[in-house]
Amino acid sequence: MPGSTASSQVSTASAEPATSGPVVELVDARKTFGSVQALAGVSLAVRPGELVGLLGPNGAGKTTAISLMLGLRRPTSGTARLFGLDPRDLRARSRIGVMLQESGIPLTLKVREVVDLFRTYYPQPLSTDKVVEMAGLGEFQGSLVGKLSGGQRQRVYFALAICGDPDALFLDEPTVGLDTATRRSFWDQVRGFKRRGKSIVLTTHYLDEANALADRVIVIDHGVIRAEDTPEAIRALVPGKKVTFHWRGVTAADLAGLPVEGLALDGPRVAFLTSHAEDVLRALFGRGAPITDLEVAGAGLEEAVLVLTGGR
Amino acid sequence: MVAGQVQAEFRRLRRVWEFTGFGLAFPLILYIFVGLQGSGPGAAEYHKYALASLCTYAVVNIALSTFGISVANERGSRMDALLRATPVRPLAPLIGKTVAAIAFALAAILLLYAAGILLAGISMPFEQWFTLTWRLLLAIVPFICMGFAIGYLSGPTGAVLAVNLILLPMSFASGIFFPINSLPTVIKDIAPYLPMYHLGHLAWNAVGVPYDDLWKSVLWLAGYSVLFLAITLWAVRREDDRRFS
Repeated sequence: MPGSTASSQVSTASAEPATSGPVVELVDARKTFGSVQALAGVSLAVRPGELVGLLGPNGAGKTTAISLMLGLRRPTSGTARLFGLDPRDLRARSRIGVMLQESGIPLTLKVREVVDLFRTYYPQPLSTDKVVEMAGLGEFQGSLVGKLSGGQRQRVYFALAICGDPDALFLDEPTVGLDTATRRSFWDQVRGFKRRGKSIVLTTHYLDEANALADRVIVIDHGVIRAEDTPEAIRALVPGKKVTFHWRGVTAADLAGLPVEGLALDGPRVAFLTSHAEDVLRALFGRGAPITDLEVAGAGLEEAVLVLTGGR
Repeated sequence: MVAGQVQAEFRRLRRVWEFTGFGLAFPLILYIFVGLQGSGPGAAEYHKYALASLCTYAVVNIALSTFGISVANERGSRMDALLRATPVRPLAPLIGKTVAAIAFALAAILLLYAAGILLAGISMPFEQWFTLTWRLLLAIVPFICMGFAIGYLSGPTGAVLAVNLILLPMSFASGIFFPINSLPTVIKDIAPYLPMYHLGHLAWNAVGVPYDDLWKSVLWLAGYSVLFLAITLWAVRREDDRRFS
């Protein structure tokens, strides 16, 4: 029936918002909770197919930013759009998948059953077998969710996030509390999903995670964006070296006047960044500083963020 | 969406068998211990009266537990936040729970009917059984609303306490465990203001106790539905303001 096909195409086109624009957009979004300002004017956009890492210390405003994008919270001022729509619009929600921090799932269902349940929420879900395979849940699919370990449960959350075959995936601190091997296998799953051409927003305070996965990193602190670039470019913002050593009885005054940034003192352990490692060390040795366990290394993303967020 | 939700609720009931088993077995045990007493003239009437009482108890227990405790758990575990980020229609989980609660209540009262017929030798015309059943299942609504209010006003631990603190005293004071006439005067004065007393009236009337003003009980139950629905909506709005605004 060619006639009906044409008319259904027209109605689909009018129901679907434009897909060429940004997947997610915050425009000067502010959010205050009582007297606390969680976001102080954040503007960002995520393009189709892009994996953006929101990076920052705990309490920086990452989760608040994601909550605004998902419509779980409303901005105090500014706007949040999802596929060009209000994030609470069910048409927008049908196209996203979400992993939240510490959210519950029905513990009395088996893995396969809870995936099946969540699949019924979406208009065009992936098959249960595909979801189970992509989330690495094959051997647990018959287990009760309540009997799974933390890492296994995290896979279930991932499965629920992808089961609707979303165009955009939101992962809020997805690997907190997971061991290194589990985190790495999770990264593989995220990469696998990205290869399907999907957009992903990931919040993390693990720098290696952002480094390993993100096309673009947005550093947030105290509710504002401090930097926004590729992981490599952000790392290049701190061209210097990372210097660490032990100095018994050291105080901040001992390093006063030296060209160092991001100074961190932890008992006798000293760490800082500098573009003039040789000069700083020469000065310290000249003062007779009793330095042991000296290490000088190229600064990485971690150091860059430390500087960008003022050493928090 | 709704069918999946109903299926998930049935699976939950099957897996939390301590909860489900208790909801089915406790009224049955009470009936066997309390409801089968007596012999000679009047005993048959008492057996029917006690059956209607314990069916009332079973239905209210299921409504309050299903809605109060599981709603509080879903809020406590932040499962509600995850659901809010999906395109699920908010009514789908609600319908799933309601269908499961009504089916669960039906199973509980059918079990009691079986005990009444087999152990107490109750015999009633089919119309009376039918009237008792539909009245109980329809009048579950105000208690579902009440359970919802509890689930939204308390946390997971608080909800279990709240349900028990409300259910047992309300059952006593409504004449469910002992006939109203054997209760202290103070409680007799309170009883007509309790929703369970009015559900009791509908049930007792169905098994043959005549009341002139049964419509009053219907009005009371409708009023309580509106009241608890209003409390629930207020609590939902408060929750929205706190956690989702």
